[in-house]
Amino acid sequence: MKIDLNTFRLSGTEPTKTRFLVAGILMLAVSVAGYFMDSHQFFFSYLTAYLFWLSLGLGSLFLVLLFHLTGTRWGSVLRRIIETAAVSLPVMAIFFIPILFGMHELYHWADPEVVAHDEILRAKSGYLNFTFFVIRAAVYFSVWTFLAWKLYSKSLEQDSNPQAEQIHAMRRISAPGMILFAITSSFAAFDWVMSIEPHWFSTIFGLYIFSGGLLMALSFIVLFASDLRRQGLLTTTITTEHYQDLARLIFSFTIFWGYMAFSQYFLIWYANIPEETIFFLKRGVGSWRIISWVLVLGNFLLPFIVLMPRAVKRNNIALSVVAVWVILMHYIDLVWIVMPVHHTQGIHFSWMDLTTLAGIGGIYMWVFWIRFAAQPVVPVGEPSLDESIAFTNN
Amino acid sequence: MVKQKPEGMIAEFENPAALLRAAEKMRAAGFSSFDCHSPFPIHGMDRAMGEKRSPLGWIVAVVAFLGFSAGMGLEWWSSSVAYPLVISGKPFFSYQAFGPVAFAVMVLSSALTALIGMLALNKLPLFNHPVFNSDNFRRATDDAFFISILADDPKYDEQATRNFLSEIGGQNIEQLLETTEMKEGA
Repeated sequence: MKIDLNTFRLSGTEPTKTRFLVAGILMLAVSVAGYFMDSHQFFFSYLTAYLFWLSLGLGSLFLVLLFHLTGTRWGSVLRRIIETAAVSLPVMAIFFIPILFGMHELYHWADPEVVAHDEILRAKSGYLNFTFFVIRAAVYFSVWTFLAWKLYSKSLEQDSNPQAEQIHAMRRISAPGMILFAITSSFAAFDWVMSIEPHWFSTIFGLYIFSGGLLMALSFIVLFASDLRRQGLLTTTITTEHYQDLARLIFSFTIFWGYMAFSQYFLIWYANIPEETIFFLKRGVGSWRIISWVLVLGNFLLPFIVLMPRAVKRNNIALSVVAVWVILMHYIDLVWIVMPVHHTQGIHFSWMDLTTLAGIGGIYMWVFWIRFAAQPVVPVGEPSLDESIAFTNN
Repeated sequence: MVKQKPEGMIAEFENPAALLRAAEKMRAAGFSSFDCHSPFPIHGMDRAMGEKRSPLGWIVAVVAFLGFSAGMGLEWWSSSVAYPLVISGKPFFSYQAFGPVAFAVMVLSSALTALIGMLALNKLPLFNHPVFNSDNFRRATDDAFFISILADDPKYDEQATRNFLSEIGGQNIEQLLETTEMKEGA
């Protein structure tokens, strides 16, 4: 891969794109075979993998909105990477279709037979019913696609013809966009994740899922930029200073995740009401109990301590290792939320977990790369770009 | 009778960039007891002056850990040793419920440590400083940029330092003299 210093576009990206596309198609094909072998396992693996990649897109969309709202200058060099990750979100709308086919396997409330004999589900059926579920999903994807696409196209417009108007437009979209994002991402988490346990409810659940997604997006940016760096690209553009700030954000959102996780657990533990404690009781059975502790120590305590010293934040290799760890923990977090519904007795690994993850990821990254390779790798029309390149911490 | 004691020297610089370059030269020349004064923070000044990173973060980290342990310890001792009470059927040592209090003790102790530690490391409060002997120095909070050197610097020498300051672009070089009025017969 090489960069053209006049247009700031990458060349020689074909092998990367092909690799992602081939891996994606291959793994999805294998997953489809898995569907015919064990459809129940397939849908649970698929949902976990789906949430994993969706959270990357949503975390990135949040960061783009945040950048425009706060007028971020330090991170302008990273903006194109984040925008591209966010604007790949519509792909997830296509990947949502299989979930609609798996409704009966994933969500008991979608089965009229079950609902007829279940008073709680009957009472919830005004919200939890197939038609409204599909309408809501359509609304979420429309909002996300609109926001991501609008901000991305304004940013491209800025590349060729930089005007103050684009900055104002991006800011104007981001303010209501942030509110819409908060509502839609929270309700999407309720609909797609929380309703796999339709009796259980937790109002903080949306934020809990969101906090994991943000960790995922930040870690992805670190790894992606580090990968470019190892190929000798943008080495003097995305510097140690930017990595340090990304690491700080990972550090703070590690705390945020811990705060959300503890708040959810603490209130349920304190009140000790059976309809609420069921969630944690199921996740205390057999080896799920070990995973619960792995999350407390691995997704909170370890990154919290490791990311504290400045030296780790400024060391690219150490930070990359932390980013891989955080992403792994985010995946385990999702497994811990989704899988106990299917494997009630303890953790159970299936090869479909990996193939669905690689399949959706391959296509997502392929779409990402098509756009990333076609446009300048940094927002060249952004007035704060020079300042961002020269940015230093103190 | 008036007694004057030299406490250091001060030089004015034209702009922030000149101050930054001068600070680098001061450090390169081996001065250790010098400081830069500007009406606003200047990016890169810490590095130019060769300032070491503050150890305050590590001090706060240690205190935070102790604060958390102390909070947890207090709750453990009072509710499982000194006065055990069954509360809503939960175990005596319910670390979940103790978490928020231990957290609050941690935040309080580390915030106080950060404040007091910052003051102590900056040698504050300080009632007087040699730079206040210069009338011109008042402009440091308005529109002027200064470098001050204290006389306790091992490299300090009345004439050589004055020459050096003027060589690196210093203007209005002044010796800082502490003036004490002595009563007759004292």
